Amino acid sequence: MGKRFILPGFGLTLGYTLVYLTLIVLVPLSALFLKTESGGWQHFWNTITSPQVVASYKVSFGISLIAALINGVFGVIAAWVLVRYRFPGRRLLDAIVDLPFALPTAVAGIALTTLYAPNDWIGHLFAYNQPLGSFISPQTPFGAWLATQGWAKDFLGREGLRIAFSQLGIFIALTFIGMPFVVRTVQPVIQDLHLDVEEAAACLGATRLQAFTRVILPGLLPAIFTGVTLAYGRAVGEYGSVIFIAGNLPFKTQITPVLIVSKLEDYDYSGAAGLGFVMLLASFVILLLSNGFQAWDNRRRGVA
Amino acid sequence: MKSILFAAAAVLGTSAFLTNAAAQTTILNVSYDPTRELYSEYNAAFAKHWKEKTGQDIKIDASHGGSGKQARSVIDGLPADVVTLALAYDIDSLAAKGNLLPADWQKRLPHNSSPYTSTIVFLVRKGNPKGIKDWPDLIKGDTQVITPNPKTSGGARWNYLAAWADALKKNNGDEAKAQEFVAELFKHVPVLDSGARGSTVTFTERGIGDVLLAWENEAYLALKEKPDAFEIVTPPLSILAEPPVAVVDKVVDKRGTREVATEYLKYLYSPEGQDLAGKNFYRPIEDAAKAKYARQFAETKLVTIDDTFGGWKKAQATHFADGGTFDQIYKPTGN
Repeated sequence: MGKRFILPGFGLTLGYTLVYLTLIVLVPLSALFLKTESGGWQHFWNTITSPQVVASYKVSFGISLIAALINGVFGVIAAWVLVRYRFPGRRLLDAIVDLPFALPTAVAGIALTTLYAPNDWIGHLFAYNQPLGSFISPQTPFGAWLATQGWAKDFLGREGLRIAFSQLGIFIALTFIGMPFVVRTVQPVIQDLHLDVEEAAACLGATRLQAFTRVILPGLLPAIFTGVTLAYGRAVGEYGSVIFIAGNLPFKTQITPVLIVSKLEDYDYSGAAGLGFVMLLASFVILLLSNGFQAWDNRRRGVA
Repeated sequence: MKSILFAAAAVLGTSAFLTNAAAQTTILNVSYDPTRELYSEYNAAFAKHWKEKTGQDIKIDASHGGSGKQARSVIDGLPADVVTLALAYDIDSLAAKGNLLPADWQKRLPHNSSPYTSTIVFLVRKGNPKGIKDWPDLIKGDTQVITPNPKTSGGARWNYLAAWADALKKNNGDEAKAQEFVAELFKHVPVLDSGARGSTVTFTERGIGDVLLAWENEAYLALKEKPDAFEIVTPPLSILAEPPVAVVDKVVDKRGTREVATEYLKYLYSPEGQDLAGKNFYRPIEDAAKAKYARQFAETKLVTIDDTFGGWKKAQATHFADGGTFDQIYKPTGN
């Protein structure tokens, strides 16, 4: 470091950062790793590859991915509206976006369950004898066909569409908690887009679709990817809201974090730590991806 | 990060607690899910009793949750002066895994250290539209059964074992048939909550299912809240549930609360304690209270965990440990 900085204190701040990171992040993580190892590698391997656990990965990672992708579409639209247009209540709407960040996840889970349970506000609209639910009623040809499909079986309840206590419920909860990540990541990038570039595209004869796909979207893509991976990472680790709205049935609606708790109840500390370790690795990969997208974005925008 | 936060919270909590202790003795009762109402009443009654007896003010904190989770918190350091849990196995764990009290703790108080008993009954919707009378009715047609997950809930283990015991009886002790019945029963379960209270909410508030397998006291409590919505069906055979209580030796010796903690549990056996148990729909064990509340409970044949399952340790290992009969119920669906 031959270069002189204008502000002094590099040594001090780096030292502080290292101590802080060690205390807050590295020490607990090493403890997790040691606990995993304490059960022996055979036990670790058996735990993380047992059929019930593998099924829970599919639920956790699969539904999280779908939820993150949906947020990738609708979060971008929300960000676009909030940046580009001026309308009454815009600031209020902007603040509402952050609610899923701030709300205790258990509250979110209970609220969503109360909305989507079969006898509650939204849930009862999808009963077979209601207009919305009648489309999938087994009395209609479509509903009858649906009932024969293996994948749809779990969603079709006795009296109507099952939203809470099925994978649909997990999907709704994960979409809810992931949404702000996409909006907040994409918003500043849209703010930075220069209107004159779009105008230039229009002047040069681009159609609206061309202007969007060739000019606007390439600029937004890295931010969208970052937002989606962040939302994905958040969803994979989500516990508080999902346990209320998922039915927690093994092989169907059981997410991996629930299995971790279940292992703890069984005093299988090393098994629980092993599953935690797998989740940790997954999160790390996801965050690495997110950082990669961010670096790409910075290069594109010429920031770095 | 969580563990650091925990540590910080624990330090803050302890210091607040120490300053508090100077003014007033506090004891912590770590209990299971559906005892909230019982102990909120009992704690007030005991505080009064202790004040009369010794002149000291006492404050009793109560913590409620799934029985297994509560036991684990105590092993991990939650300073419980007394534990009042759903099943003996969970207190056995405190002895075996935490070394917090002697292994023969259950002999220290009368009636297996269980000052009240309970059993498992069916809570059905008003009018009993599915006509549920006995265990085999639970697996008829599209009947939906609500029970928590036996892996995480003490009450659910009693549910599971009661169903198993009935199937054993009906099939002349054929274990394979019993396993078949319980497996079929869990195919009728649409939601698997982690604790008894969660299942009650699913059944009563969310309107899911035709029948809730519940603690007797929990069922009566739900009925008291909404007498027009539910009915209780007591099956002809069920299991005698003995939720035990114990002083946690390591904690009380460290905190100097042995005397009050011991009295706290003994008072449960007194006429006042027994009356409160009966009032909160637990079955009292002392004769006077038993007679007073006899009409409140339906007659049913109750089997015991020791006779039918050879005790909790064996039942736990056979049915609820990893790879036990409960794990065998759920198979990959293949789609």
